[in-house]
Amino acid sequence: MNAPLTSTLDRAVDERTYASYQRPFLWRLIATREFAIVALLVVVFIYARANIVGFDGPLTIYFLFLESAPIMLLALPMTLIIITGEIDLSVASTMALTGAMLGIAYTKWDLPFVAALGVALATGVACGLFNGFLVAYLKLPSLAVTIGTLALFRGLAKGFLGTESIKGYPEKWTDLTRERLSDGSSYPQFVIPLLLLTIAFGVLLHFTTFGRGIYEIGLNDEAARFTGVNIARTKLILFTLAGLVAAIAGIYQTLYSSVARGDSSVNLELQVIAAVLLGGVSIFGGRGSLPGVVAGVLLIAVINSAMRLDGVRTEVTNIVIGCLLVASVVAPMLLTWISGLVPGRAGPTAEAPPSTPAPEPPASGGPSLDK
Amino acid sequence: MRKSFGAVQALRSGTLRVEPGSIHALIGENGAGKSTLVKIVAGVHRRDGGTFRFKGNDVDFSSTAESKGAGIAVIYQEPTLFPDLSVTENIFMGRMPLGAGRRIDRAAMHEEAESIFRRLGVRIDPRRSARGLSIADQQIIEIAKAISLDASLLVMDEPTAALSGVEVERLFAVARSLRDEGRGLVFISHRFDEVFDLCDTVTVMRDGAYVGTEKVAETTVPALVSLMVGREVDDLFPKVDAEIGDVVLSVENLDSPGVFRDISFDVRAGEIVALAGLVGAGRSEIARAVFGVDKYRSGRVTLDGKPIRPGSPRAAIKAGIAFVPEDRRQQGLVIDSSVAHNIAGVIRGRIAKGGLIATGMENKAVRPWASRLEVKTNALDMAATTMSGGNQQKVVIAKWLATGPKLLIIDEPTRGIDVGTKSEVHRLLSELAGQGLAVLMISSELPEVLGMADRVLVVCEGRITAELARGEATPETVMAAATGTTPDQIHLEHEAEAVKEVTA
Amino acid sequence: MNTALDTPPAPTRRRPDVGHILGGLVRSREIAVLVVLLLLIAVATFKSDGFLTGDRWRDLLLTPSILMLLAAGQTMVIITRNVDLSVGSTLGLCAYATGEIMSAGHSPWLAALGGVALGAGLGAINGLIIAVARVPALVITLGTMLVYRGILLRWAGSDRVNAGELDPGFLDLGTKQILTIPVLTILSLLVVIAVGYYLRTARGGRELYAIGSDPDAAALFGLPIRRRVLGAFIASGALAGLAGVFWAARYGGVSSNAGQGIELQAVAAAVIGGVAIFGGSGSVWGAAIGAFLLVTINRVLPILGVSDFYQQAVVGALIIGAIVLDRVLSSRAERRLAVDREATS
Repeated sequence: MNAPLTSTLDRAVDERTYASYQRPFLWRLIATREFAIVALLVVVFIYARANIVGFDGPLTIYFLFLESAPIMLLALPMTLIIITGEIDLSVASTMALTGAMLGIAYTKWDLPFVAALGVALATGVACGLFNGFLVAYLKLPSLAVTIGTLALFRGLAKGFLGTESIKGYPEKWTDLTRERLSDGSSYPQFVIPLLLLTIAFGVLLHFTTFGRGIYEIGLNDEAARFTGVNIARTKLILFTLAGLVAAIAGIYQTLYSSVARGDSSVNLELQVIAAVLLGGVSIFGGRGSLPGVVAGVLLIAVINSAMRLDGVRTEVTNIVIGCLLVASVVAPMLLTWISGLVPGRAGPTAEAPPSTPAPEPPASGGPSLDK
Repeated sequence: MRKSFGAVQALRSGTLRVEPGSIHALIGENGAGKSTLVKIVAGVHRRDGGTFRFKGNDVDFSSTAESKGAGIAVIYQEPTLFPDLSVTENIFMGRMPLGAGRRIDRAAMHEEAESIFRRLGVRIDPRRSARGLSIADQQIIEIAKAISLDASLLVMDEPTAALSGVEVERLFAVARSLRDEGRGLVFISHRFDEVFDLCDTVTVMRDGAYVGTEKVAETTVPALVSLMVGREVDDLFPKVDAEIGDVVLSVENLDSPGVFRDISFDVRAGEIVALAGLVGAGRSEIARAVFGVDKYRSGRVTLDGKPIRPGSPRAAIKAGIAFVPEDRRQQGLVIDSSVAHNIAGVIRGRIAKGGLIATGMENKAVRPWASRLEVKTNALDMAATTMSGGNQQKVVIAKWLATGPKLLIIDEPTRGIDVGTKSEVHRLLSELAGQGLAVLMISSELPEVLGMADRVLVVCEGRITAELARGEATPETVMAAATGTTPDQIHLEHEAEAVKEVTA
Repeated sequence: MNTALDTPPAPTRRRPDVGHILGGLVRSREIAVLVVLLLLIAVATFKSDGFLTGDRWRDLLLTPSILMLLAAGQTMVIITRNVDLSVGSTLGLCAYATGEIMSAGHSPWLAALGGVALGAGLGAINGLIIAVARVPALVITLGTMLVYRGILLRWAGSDRVNAGELDPGFLDLGTKQILTIPVLTILSLLVVIAVGYYLRTARGGRELYAIGSDPDAAALFGLPIRRRVLGAFIASGALAGLAGVFWAARYGGVSSNAGQGIELQAVAAAVIGGVAIFGGSGSVWGAAIGAFLLVTINRVLPILGVSDFYQQAVVGALIIGAIVLDRVLSSRAERRLAVDREATS
């Protein structure tokens, strides 16, 4: 298909070789937001082990995963949604609603437990489809839509359950959430599906054409449309995935706590968003990576767990997370501002004048290509 | 008043001297630097050098508020209105008259708005909201804004582009009365008839530089055109004659309410067809509809005889259409993304193996394209935003050529790129056509149209008003069909109709 | 050539002002919401005799007084294309501060002033971060919502300010009525009127609309965007502070969960009342009526046989209904305009 062109451009005699990267591998690894957050995670972890009594105990890691599993789950689709420039505030409410449906289907409708699981998953997918339809096809702002569904789904969960807490799930299933990888291991079995799901989302975001489309929508949805990206379908899929994952988290939470309540996981979406933004995802969309988010989630989990062990009440943890959230958004702005102040470091966005070759000095890793 | 600047690429040495009590035309092709000059006068940009004197004083505006305060009003091509506020509030925003208790004096405001509208001879309810006003009415409000400022210098950047004949006359009447009050006016236009009808003096700019100033009474259209173009057309744009093959693209009776009407044309293999016309005539909109970015109400687009599903860029790409859009930074490129991701943007489905794709695979696939187009970059992971305009354009072209298209639609192929790259792009287009690619080119630069196109379709107010073969196309015939005002120069079926519309 | 100037056309057709105003009223969102509200009250009265009598009447009027204040502040912020999710936490913190100042023996005036000033300060923190660092209000106010609530929890612990610690005159404010209308409701209506008056008749108010309507155009006009946005957040914070003072008076005490979750109701009230979530349009009257409607629905639901556990679901459904309705209406209006233009061209 490209045959005609090949001959056309034979003129371009000196077949250039283009370096793949501008900077050497190590530099690319270190000079990122993700690396900073991983470093912070390591520092906090080491500090906690050294200074907080009990943090190095055998149960710490185990409970850290058990307690934070919903945040880890929800952060996966949230990352993709925020990269497209949208947001989903309704995930925690979806969790509560799916948990409620699980309890109702199992205890009130007397369905077999597996069928009840199906009802819960279907509920989550329906919630996601509802959000996705309003955002992708009616083109409503996701912020407003999901503030609405945040209240709607939560209200339905509370309405269905009232003050009731539904208990009495099969022990086989509730115990499953607490099983360890092997006897004496400090990791619960649950980390395996969690890991698989994380890898799946990572591959989807970083190694598929669908994932490339996600970034393009976030960076410039108009250009994405001109390139043939189906924006509405992409968003619908992402919100539906968010609903599905929220259902999984809701089921997990219900089984782990052995109870379905209308007011479970209130405000959890804030922690999820904080984790995603901390992990280096830009709230304006288009930037961020899943490894960074994993580090962000673990950071919040470690802080939560360390502060609890230290006897600090949850409200202080909230203050810390709130401050981290604000800092994670303000810090990049400040950095841009500061780098703009330093002469000669006017950031890469400064437009190069026409007719001059690429202005970057030759990087140590690649040969210069200037004529 | 005299101002001259140096050293912005967009404006190398603009000079303009406006006398009070006169209307001064500023003409030039797109990219000649007119708008940049205007923006410096308005205080949107700051000049890098040169002098700018206003009423005898050296001035240097750092904000639009300052220039307004000094008595300079600017009407931009694109009206800048607040859709949610009332017409009156739009006129007086930022300086609403205050009555008792620092309360906005609405009655006084409405009254003044009404008196301005009366003077302009228009009927717009000053109390209605600005949302939903036609472009012409929005333009009127911009003018009303300028009048209410009591500005001593009024700059109008193509104010008539969206106005009908009657509205243009009314605007001109107002402009003359403002001139007679002793104000200075600068009028930017592409329409020569308007320049000759309204203005006293005319300054021509080209490639960011001042070319010359003439008294309108002492000059002619051909003289101005040659000043604007300033070079021999045929030498610069060598379109090699190619064998013209079968019809590739066929557009039949395309219709989109309020945008374009009854558009039919063919593009054949090996042929470059240009859509010429004024900015806002509907050329880009036709191209967007063909590519499926915009929807159309009725009509048919076929490629190699197969109809293309409307409203779907994916379907158009699959059929073999490539589209290099007008706005490189917003539409052509994901500007913050890397060179590799951009070039691989459309073909990544093909690169992927088993649905998976990695940056390494993309790099491998784009390397030959980058090298064939001589894209200048240090590495493939550099963001497109760090590159020059010419190199960005090469990236966009590479991205589309990589798809192996049958038809290339290219909107303003050389806007905002340097002269060297410009001729590279032209040579490339010519060679591509020579190999049997069908090319539909949209351009506002007359020399480019005349030099490159085998056929020129002239669009005026949403219709194709002329179809000119290479031999027939001259600056005069194209301009005449594009403005639809000087019918004596060419004779075409559509012509009479188009003129009637404008003068009706 | 000069005919256009010589013979001025008939003066701009001016509909009689009364007709103009009436026409506007019928089409306005405020009236639509008000009609829904009145219908709701009518149905409730019909279903339950005692709905408009005694304590229930007082409650019906008293409860919205707090939400109206928040909705008014929220309106100012949303009009500029921002949002303030921290108002619930601000309310709680200011209510507690007011109570603490009073229980330390200071005068209720000083306490109220302290509450409002604290609210303004908390709002200023939001506004400064958002306007100066140019970061999205959503994230910042989510963050400060956590922080302010956390500070309150840290400060109050499991403590609460009890009625006994408050000034009796101050407590009376929560129950006092003038012509059966609670004083707090009257005060809050006055505040709403003041805010509405500012938005309607002050340059600053109109500039808030302009900034939300088209931020780029606002910059081109040279409007003081940062200062106005900061001002809107300070106002929102101060009104949340005042709402906190009212809270202390109304409920005769403050615990650390005061105002939790009320920020969503404030956003809902504004959106239902016709304030566009993307800025530029809507009025504080609409938001106030929206607040009334929300509170009334919550009272009416049990009468209609719906469990009041569904309250939050109704709030959510109303928000979504309102934005979908807005979208449908605006796309219909756009289509009509396109047709008009085609007809005239």
